Amino acid sequence: MSKGTNKASNALNELRDMDELANGDSPIHRLHPLVKFLVTIAYIYFVVSFSKYDITGLFIMLIYPVLIFSIANIKVSTCFYKLRLVLPLVLMVGIFNPIFEGRAGVVSMITLMMKGTFSLMASFIMVATTPIDGLCAALRKIHVPSILVTLLLLTYRYIGVLVREVAIMTDAYKLRAPKQKGIAINAWGSFLGQLLLRSMDKASELYNSMQLRAFKGEFFYASQRGLNCLDVIYLVACIGGFVAARFINLTETLGGLFV
Amino acid sequence: MHMADALLSPAVATTMYAASTVAAGASIFKVNKEKESIKIPTMAVTAALVFAGQMINYTIPGTGSSGHICGGMLLTSLLGPQAGFLSMIVILAIQCLFFADGGLLALGANCWNMAFYGCFVGYYLIWKPIMKSKLNERLKLIIAPIVGCILTLQLGAFSVVLETSLSGITDLPFGTFVSIMQPIHLAIGLVEGLVTSAVLLFIKEARPELIKDLRPTEAWNCDAAKDAKSNGKLSFKATIAVLAAVAIVIGGGFSLLASSNPDGLEWSLFGNADSGYSQNMGLDEEDYGVKSTAADKAQSVQDKTSILPDYGFKDSDSFLGTSTSGIVGIGVVAAVIVVVSLIPKLVKKKEKDEQGDK
Repeated sequence: MSKGTNKASNALNELRDMDELANGDSPIHRLHPLVKFLVTIAYIYFVVSFSKYDITGLFIMLIYPVLIFSIANIKVSTCFYKLRLVLPLVLMVGIFNPIFEGRAGVVSMITLMMKGTFSLMASFIMVATTPIDGLCAALRKIHVPSILVTLLLLTYRYIGVLVREVAIMTDAYKLRAPKQKGIAINAWGSFLGQLLLRSMDKASELYNSMQLRAFKGEFFYASQRGLNCLDVIYLVACIGGFVAARFINLTETLGGLFV
Repeated sequence: MHMADALLSPAVATTMYAASTVAAGASIFKVNKEKESIKIPTMAVTAALVFAGQMINYTIPGTGSSGHICGGMLLTSLLGPQAGFLSMIVILAIQCLFFADGGLLALGANCWNMAFYGCFVGYYLIWKPIMKSKLNERLKLIIAPIVGCILTLQLGAFSVVLETSLSGITDLPFGTFVSIMQPIHLAIGLVEGLVTSAVLLFIKEARPELIKDLRPTEAWNCDAAKDAKSNGKLSFKATIAVLAAVAIVIGGGFSLLASSNPDGLEWSLFGNADSGYSQNMGLDEEDYGVKSTAADKAQSVQDKTSILPDYGFKDSDSFLGTSTSGIVGIGVVAAVIVVVSLIPKLVKKKEKDEQGDK
């Protein structure tokens, strides 16, 4: 992934990369989106429910994302770039634990970082193996209101268009003000304002064109296949595994076999 | 201010999901009732615009640094509180899913901290009263966004501290945490307010009818005036729903606080042992109650399923709170993880070898 100085271009690259990954093919990609969504939620729920001192119990939870990354044939390192947003805040909150608690605080800080990283890996692998249409259809299946799902799908589509415009505008501005760090105060209003006015015109054109195609507030999704045997096995096995890992310290049990 | 999953306990995350769901339900009800579903494309494009607008860095004069907007107040001033809230939820969901900014489990909390305050509190407490006042239009568009952004970001930052502290994640004392977060967000709120205000002043000159509740002047057409009059009323049901959301947050929050303190009965039985009352009562908390294998097992299940994490480590004498078998176990699991991560390479190598044989 090439990283430039333009935030908008970087965001576009990130979106494109995720789209490409999601449209790949692997046993994980072929699973039903609803099953992947439920398993991900369950995984994160179980991960954050571990005690803040249970470093060994939590460690075994790493197997799930690594295994899924492997089967989906996606490098684990692809999600590390995204940790730049998660870890600073988690670290800011956790960094005081060693100061106030000493040795125990070090452990609680480590488990906090692990929880942050594991949760990110799980949600990344879900999005990296599920196209947005599939995800939206899954959300409709669990009765998330249609207005929210339609809004999600439309906004996702339009983010690409508007972020590209912002990338062009900021590049153009930067070329005219090379030593400036951002947009100068005299252009604060007009910079985003101009884009806003054009976007509103775009929105009304979009609305008219959708009306002409008989849009009544909801999209129709291509008929999704139902759950198959493999989906059910995956769901039961994963959730069973999470429950077992939560209730039995499997790491210590495994270690006990060798000690 | 996007919270990661790791910063919340399941109880707090669920409570915040419930609160945000109630607010979202009320918003959907209102938007549907007003047959505003036809405005979905406008909401989507505006949400995408705000998302794109977050990528723009604004130079802060005299500091040498730059800031960006979050957009809650801007969305509210263009779409109104309900549609603004729904659009903000979608932005937060996309940020969480595709950019790992915020967590999937923390989405409810993030919606509350960044969207609820910005859209509902910012609109009903700040935006609407100021827009109704007799101030000069330009002045209104300067004061409302600045006051709104500062207040709503302060509330959001306070909620982040409250949620993290209730989750038992940090040992940082509540007061210290608040004193770190609030001033930072004061500065962020001021910059966001100034940028929002600048954008709205620009819009006012070109298309004033786009701004919610701005008093129509003769230059505007009559339809815009009608729209401005009819919008902005909070229905009875929506008011109840919003109040219910607030009640869940406050109720959930206080019940968690309360759960860390003994209740009246418990206190009267065990809590005042230092005063010698337990001797009089003849009770000891550890041995009180039914003792049986079944009860012990039930207790162990209860400990595992208790939503707030336990804090047993402090009493543990072992190194880093774990036993030797635990440390060896970590090594074994690490080895398994390495093997698992090598699967794709092994499969590829096998495929290559097979192709080479052919």
